[in-house]
Amino acid sequence: MDRASDASLKSYAGVGGFVASRRHPAFAWIGVILVALVLIALPFALATIGTAWVRITNLAILFVFLALGLNIVVGFAGLLDLGYIAFYAVGAYVYALLASPHFNLHLPFWAILPLGAAVACMFGVLLGAPTLKLRGDYLAIVTLGFGEIIRIFLNNLSQPVNITNGPQGVTLIDPFRIGTINFRNTDTFAGLAFTGPIKYYYLLLVVLVVVIVINLRLQDSRIGRAWEAIREDEVAARAMGINTRNMKLLAFAMGASFGGIAGGMFSAMQGFISPESFILVESIMVLAMVVLGGMGNIWGVILGALLLSFAPEVLRYTVEPVQRAMFGRMLVEPEVIRMLLFGFALVLMMLFRPAGILPSATRKRELEGGRTNGVQGAAPR
Amino acid sequence: MDIFLQQLINGLTLGSVYAIVALGYTMVYGIIQLINFAHGEVVMIGAMVAYSVIVALAGASAPLPPLAIVLLGALVAVPVCMAVGFTLERVAYRPLRKAPRLAPLITAIGLSIILQHLAMIIWSRNPLPYPQVVQSVSYHITDTPNGATITNVQIAIIVVSVAMMAGLTALVYRTKLGIAMRATAQNQAVAGLMGIDINRVIALTFVIAGGLGSVAGVMVGSYYGVAHYQMGFLLGLKAFSAAVLGGIGNLAGAMLGGILLGLIEALGAGYVGDFTNLCHLASWSDALAKRCETDPNVVLFGSNYQDVFAFIVLILVLVFRPSGLLGERVSDRA
Repeated sequence: MDRASDASLKSYAGVGGFVASRRHPAFAWIGVILVALVLIALPFALATIGTAWVRITNLAILFVFLALGLNIVVGFAGLLDLGYIAFYAVGAYVYALLASPHFNLHLPFWAILPLGAAVACMFGVLLGAPTLKLRGDYLAIVTLGFGEIIRIFLNNLSQPVNITNGPQGVTLIDPFRIGTINFRNTDTFAGLAFTGPIKYYYLLLVVLVVVIVINLRLQDSRIGRAWEAIREDEVAARAMGINTRNMKLLAFAMGASFGGIAGGMFSAMQGFISPESFILVESIMVLAMVVLGGMGNIWGVILGALLLSFAPEVLRYTVEPVQRAMFGRMLVEPEVIRMLLFGFALVLMMLFRPAGILPSATRKRELEGGRTNGVQGAAPR
Repeated sequence: MDIFLQQLINGLTLGSVYAIVALGYTMVYGIIQLINFAHGEVVMIGAMVAYSVIVALAGASAPLPPLAIVLLGALVAVPVCMAVGFTLERVAYRPLRKAPRLAPLITAIGLSIILQHLAMIIWSRNPLPYPQVVQSVSYHITDTPNGATITNVQIAIIVVSVAMMAGLTALVYRTKLGIAMRATAQNQAVAGLMGIDINRVIALTFVIAGGLGSVAGVMVGSYYGVAHYQMGFLLGLKAFSAAVLGGIGNLAGAMLGGILLGLIEALGAGYVGDFTNLCHLASWSDALAKRCETDPNVVLFGSNYQDVFAFIVLILVLVFRPSGLLGERVSDRA
């Protein structure tokens, strides 16, 4: 569909010079290079304000991974997964257990990250296989339950054999090491101090580009189109010869592996994890990112993830002073406002702009089509 | 045997509460095929409102009789929860009634988060100790001195639940509103043509579900002795599992599913430690036998896994009998 509209834009461009100049490939490349330069310079600019901001940016990029992974499940395939953080937890724990003094294992990260992704993927298939024949609401509840089960197990698998170390979590997790470069130390290179967070930033940036490319290619691929077809009308998709069950499983598995990789990187970056980091609220937050930005649209999802990752930090620095100035004391903590923000983001977006801030073309048609066409609601879906 | 009997009583109590909450899910689902995710939060608000009333009345200078205090708490909680249920439907579900299924599910999640945190702002971040105004009395039901007991609170919960289930059944099958509800559930368009005000019937369904939920909230609060702003989440999930177990959309199913789930959970929590005690296998391995000499309870899964049972039941039901024990709807409707 996008290509068709592109074509119409181009034919139209003969009349309007502005559209033509915007579409010129050279301008696109200049834009890409400019964005790349800004992104490369960003950590040093942030480091002048404080290293904390580099860390916050890193976490925001991790949430972009998570949101992109969930977008495959919710946005592309239209399956509501409310326990997505469980896969993140699985990836994080696989990394933590295999690269920490807990079991005295110190495997290199390039071996465990894929392993974490594979284990998360396995969990995705295990969860998906029995439940994907059900539609919508049931799947949502089962995934919600699954997220809780994983957390309960992580909390309790310290008895009788200590596997997860219970609520205390796993500490002293190894950082990434590439050759002699340790991602926890500061290296000086060409007169610039590369602190740990800055190195992670560049690593995350590289992975981010790879992930975005994979997502973009996936969306336009045969698989992506099959997911879209299933999302729009499962019965019709099956009639067209799509193996809906396998395709849905694939979406689930791929979403889960993205979560697993993000989890592994989270482990390495933080150096400490506990079940506290993988509560339901986190799943809801990732979902809010996807919904806010625009389900099914990669750029929208990235925008949503960045907005909602930085929002708490902004709130932290504004809510307290504002409240103190107005009421003389703190009435509502920033944390609570953050959660209310997520809640309202979900409700208001669904009510007034169901396709998100940056809607994907087909998703928009689907989400808004139902309301203009009243007859549709009567038929069981 | 006494442990069994005790767990049976605990399970029955718990199950009655689940059944009442499950009725709220199943009524709404039956009529508009929507899972009201925020229903657990309605239950929580019921518990919280009653908490405030009970605390205020119990601390008054001229205290009322204990039973009256609890009743008044429930009496205030019911209309509040009815109003919450009505508002939810009006604000977040009615505009999306014809939207794709994903949309109301997502608003429901959002509402759930909003209600939780509003409750946190109004009441507290910490668990609130429910004042025990009614003195808890235990009655022995066997002759042995350390045998199974049942408390007056448990009896009250079971009796009130049964009464409410009976009342609801009468309402749905004996009154004009009940007929309208069943007609709307079968076919909204045709029900509308027959002169039923569908919007009113659906709103009333939410109101009734909210009322049931608030009473359940008061019962949970007084049974466990605490109220917490997150208590609705797990309770709601379990009650939903109960509704699915019985067959969602089916009133009798929700009651049966609730009681069954309560029993499964209580008996499961009571026995899972024994069943997974590795010392039964001590003869298999010397290391294990040695460990069992010092500590006879090498338990693989203890009662701290109690909350997992509901989900296991849910997944098993969805895999093997998606329509539930009494349901006729095919899973594809969901």
